[in-house]
Amino acid sequence: MAHATKDLSALARTDYELEPPLVQGGLTFHDITELVSQHTEKKTPKAWWAAFSVAFLGMLTLIAMLAYQVWNGVGVWGNNIPVGWGWPIVNFVFWVGIGHAGTLISAILFLFRQRWRTSINRAAEAMTIFAVICALIFPTFHVGRVWAIYWTLPIPNQMEMWPQFKSPLLWDVFAVSSYFIVSLVFWYVGLIPDLATLRDRAVLMGRRLRAKILGFFALGWCGANRHWRNYEKVYMLLAGLATPLVLSVHSVVSFDFAVSIIPGWHTTIFPPYFVAGAIFSGFAMVVTLMVIARKAYGLENVITVDHLEKMNIIMLVTGTMVGFAYITEFFIAWYSGVPYEQYAFINRATGPYAWAYWIMMSANLIFPQFFWIKKLRRNIPFMFVASIVVNIGMWFERFVITITSLHRDFLPSSWDYFVPTWVDVLTLIGSFGLFFTLFLLFLRFVPMVAMAEVKGVLPEADPHFYEMHGDGHSRPADVQVNRGRSS
Amino acid sequence: MPQIFSRKTNRLPALSLAGSVFGGVLAVFLVWYYFSPEFYEVGYAPEQPVPYSHRVHVGKLGLDCRYCHGGVEIADKAGIPSTQTCMNCHGQILTESPRLQAVRDSWATDQSIEWVKVHHLPDYAHFSHASHVNNGVGCETCHGRIDQMDVVRVVKPLSMGWCLECHRQPELYLRPQSEITTMGYQPPADYIERNLERIRKEGIRPPTNCSACHY
Repeated sequence: MAHATKDLSALARTDYELEPPLVQGGLTFHDITELVSQHTEKKTPKAWWAAFSVAFLGMLTLIAMLAYQVWNGVGVWGNNIPVGWGWPIVNFVFWVGIGHAGTLISAILFLFRQRWRTSINRAAEAMTIFAVICALIFPTFHVGRVWAIYWTLPIPNQMEMWPQFKSPLLWDVFAVSSYFIVSLVFWYVGLIPDLATLRDRAVLMGRRLRAKILGFFALGWCGANRHWRNYEKVYMLLAGLATPLVLSVHSVVSFDFAVSIIPGWHTTIFPPYFVAGAIFSGFAMVVTLMVIARKAYGLENVITVDHLEKMNIIMLVTGTMVGFAYITEFFIAWYSGVPYEQYAFINRATGPYAWAYWIMMSANLIFPQFFWIKKLRRNIPFMFVASIVVNIGMWFERFVITITSLHRDFLPSSWDYFVPTWVDVLTLIGSFGLFFTLFLLFLRFVPMVAMAEVKGVLPEADPHFYEMHGDGHSRPADVQVNRGRSS
Repeated sequence: MPQIFSRKTNRLPALSLAGSVFGGVLAVFLVWYYFSPEFYEVGYAPEQPVPYSHRVHVGKLGLDCRYCHGGVEIADKAGIPSTQTCMNCHGQILTESPRLQAVRDSWATDQSIEWVKVHHLPDYAHFSHASHVNNGVGCETCHGRIDQMDVVRVVKPLSMGWCLECHRQPELYLRPQSEITTMGYQPPADYIERNLERIRKEGIRPPTNCSACHY
């Protein structure tokens, strides 16, 4: 296997028509199945338990904080006039943003036939779903009377309580919940062939209960030609359905700000700038998680440095777009000639929250510029640090937008300095606990790489592969030419 | 290899589809009925510290509502009468009655009688008795036949939808100022025309915007 990779890299250098292989190490179909399935089948590793207990503790913290908040009211948070939207909204936008990479990878890259998505799409989609769950918690509890949250849904009732369709906050309810549902369905549909693989393996291992549970979720999949045809069609349709959602969700989230009249919020650049920022932070989170997961689960040949490099390029592009938007906002503030708008932006960069602004600027605009250097783009420790820096920066972006725009009210007598409470801090930490609890459960119980799709990008998946390579029997030694595109 | 599931399992997809449609409709119905004050407020009739009977005082003796609930024409709250109000009469009538012991105790000790509130509005909904009573909404319209109740009972849902019924079409519910406290009021045949005339003349425009009540 080792010499096969060597030959390939030699080939890739001379023939620019060929891309480097998406899967390295000369893995066969069966190797992929083994590599991915075993982690859901073997005994739970100790390291998983260690990580899970920390994450679970975080989740319990979140539950405790939310219970405390429901019992005592929103006053336990730092939100107060003039900063009526404090950390809960910052955290909401932060988590929704992270939830963007998954569906971008699965839907948009699918439609653009970016075959490298196959190694990372399953985990990225799972990340999306869990991030959206974390996001939804914040506005749900921020309404104060969480037991009345069903008022946001248009359910006929005798009170004649009906949602205000003119409010962007209501658009948010629909945008985020439809995004969540479509992402979940998309993820689940993609899972069906792999769940069937696990089911069949469970039958062979004689684990009846496991086979029943997996069989229930595999919906009777048996890999028939008709199943595959239907599956491919549904997957394509869902990708088409999810694509506009990737762009619409964060646009609608940005309307929460942009539709208001607060200087610093009331700008038309918000939707594209928010979407770019969301993709930026989402990819950073995928890199953070994948760097750890590929190491911990021995998936270096499936999630290769090439994959990580491609994600780093996306971070470089979107990070620069976000930075460009920061500068454009300043330009427009000056160009508009509106003193309030100008004040809002000068105050951002030099006022009491200048520290947050410059954290944001350096982490989001300046730091990703290191990815121009190919060596750093492919350096795993560096990209790990960079992805965390980016996510810190993106959290601060939402902090800057929300807090600094509000802390200087139209009425100077209301001006104040926002300070979060311990409940704010523990709730944010707890939301990470929830996120990692869900993600660890995913790693333990669900095939973390889309096995069926990865097999589809192996050279053997090419219908002409065996004509060109011997007698029609697969032999790992034959796998020497790995074609980037199926011809 | 034997199959994991029996043949019957093939019905599951159709059943789950039918179940979710049925479940959705059921959920809407359950919310529509059970999440409403129509269900959980109407019929509430708590026991009071003094067995005061509105049937006797209003129905039999003809006491005016405003004798006890004096704030009704001038304030948001109609007001609960003080012990003094009771003692105006009961200082001379039924002075020995054991049923009035709590009133006499209150009178002697200067401790208020702790009446139990019957008609609740949420704290985020502002309501003014004065602006309703002074514009043709009778007591009976919201509180029902108080003159027939030994123990006061909630008879109307007091929900937002119920408020809006009248705010949207006040001509169906208003009565002349002289009939505000009348119990069992029978409107004349042409009451809608009369009410429309009055609404036009007095400029009665009940608001239906959110901040009319929620501020």
